[in-house]
Amino acid sequence: MSGQKPLPRIDDDTRAYWAGLARGELLLQHCRDCGHVQFYQRAMCGRCLSASLEHRPASGRGTIYSFSTVHRPPSPEFKDDVPYTVVLVELAEGPRMISALVETPPETVRIGQPVEIVYDRVSPEITFPRFRRADAAKAG
Amino acid sequence: MRSFKGQVAIVGVGETAVGKVPGRSALWFNAEATRLALEDAGIDKSQVDGLVTAPSFVAPFPRMSVAVSEYLGIQPTFSNTLNVSGATAAASVNVAAAAIHAGLADTVVVCCGDNMLSGLTRDLAVKALIESRDPQYEAPFGLLVATTFALTAQRHMAEYGTTPEQLARVAVVTRGHALKKPGAHMTAPITVEDVLASKLITTPYHMLDCALVSDGGAAFVLTAAERARDLRKKPVYLLGGGESYTQEHIFCAESITTTGAAISSRRAYAMAGVGPGDIDVAGIYDCFTGTVIMMLEDLGFCKKGEGGPFVEAGQITHGGRIPINTHGGMLSYAHPGLPGGFFHIVEMVRQLRGEAGERQVAGAELTLCHSLGGGFATNATIILGTEANG
Repeated sequence: MSGQKPLPRIDDDTRAYWAGLARGELLLQHCRDCGHVQFYQRAMCGRCLSASLEHRPASGRGTIYSFSTVHRPPSPEFKDDVPYTVVLVELAEGPRMISALVETPPETVRIGQPVEIVYDRVSPEITFPRFRRADAAKAG
Repeated sequence: MRSFKGQVAIVGVGETAVGKVPGRSALWFNAEATRLALEDAGIDKSQVDGLVTAPSFVAPFPRMSVAVSEYLGIQPTFSNTLNVSGATAAASVNVAAAAIHAGLADTVVVCCGDNMLSGLTRDLAVKALIESRDPQYEAPFGLLVATTFALTAQRHMAEYGTTPEQLARVAVVTRGHALKKPGAHMTAPITVEDVLASKLITTPYHMLDCALVSDGGAAFVLTAAERARDLRKKPVYLLGGGESYTQEHIFCAESITTTGAAISSRRAYAMAGVGPGDIDVAGIYDCFTGTVIMMLEDLGFCKKGEGGPFVEAGQITHGGRIPINTHGGMLSYAHPGLPGGFFHIVEMVRQLRGEAGERQVAGAELTLCHSLGGGFATNATIILGTEANG
């Protein structure tokens, strides 16, 4: 990865999320009132609006719900990265998230493949949650 | 339920030159399209008391609708700069009609213009698009807006067996339409092989699966139905409108292969009292080829999952079940950013007036226009007809 990528601006809604990633945990919010599990991080439950939310580490496992391999970089900072594969991951806990695959040749990617999280530390504050195929060894 | 069915009509349409139109400002594209639409309607600018437009990428005026009315030398009493991404086109017709029906204005100009091709470099244009994604959860992963749509197409292919050739066919058919539309940005015929051989952008989309980057502007004039009957052109009545805003982030979408278009169109059909089988010709927002296939399904023109074979069977052109984008759409006519979806509405008005020349769908009386944006975050549908009672 090269160049100055867009870095997230952390705010009160997301501080705990980025702190979790920095120590190697993907946090999901669990609503203590209705049980809803949500991604992304909010100060209230997206289902019942309760503010009583608890951060719990996710398993870091999921499956590829969809993907697209980017050949034309969205901005010069991504020029050295193409082709890279953006994935819509369905986490084992239910929510989906956008990420990018690492260590995975684009031509081997299929919907439904199991993936696991890789913590990509880019600064003391920011660690990006990326994914790799969990069955990569078997797939060769 | 309250309804503006048949209460408001489009009485004038205008569009500037499109494609590469260097040297002009975003304001000019708005104002020139408006001038042409007023001329078409036979209405003097002094009668315009409402103006709705969308922001420009190139000239980010904080009050674009006010900047446009000042440029035109008018002082409206209703003004709105609307931005629901690509859905702004049909949504702004709904807003203008609601304002007229509610008595906030009598004659509303809806316009949109931008110079994404000449005013922004291609790289800046793409950068502007990526920056429209969430800076914490999407943009860091290099998610183009195109990639958001590509994710939906990829899933559609996996769920329903839609093929790259079927996607490509959408581009080929609408290019054929553009060849019959004077002034279209793209003027060379293409084949399925050409589409598949064009550069990969974000799989499964190749360059020719993607909408253009153009300059251009379009405008319509709307007024109350009772007033419309005395004007120069045959009125085109707004019979139904519906919108849907299901999520902001693609990862929050319940489904990425069935979209809010199913909701917005259901609402529009219900207001108009018609169904997909009644529609003669349609304008469908075509930012990508796969988008069109999914919309044919969600708008009810074919069953879910059958969009690919439907296109392959020749159903989206003259002689088929539902000719769409007879001007060539954003894939081949013009896509200056937010104005992209406005040209579909101009074209559908011309179809209902019988002014579409060799592109004319014989006997067209009822049309649907659907616009959408943000990876199906936003959807808006309108239904137009030649008779106020539909």
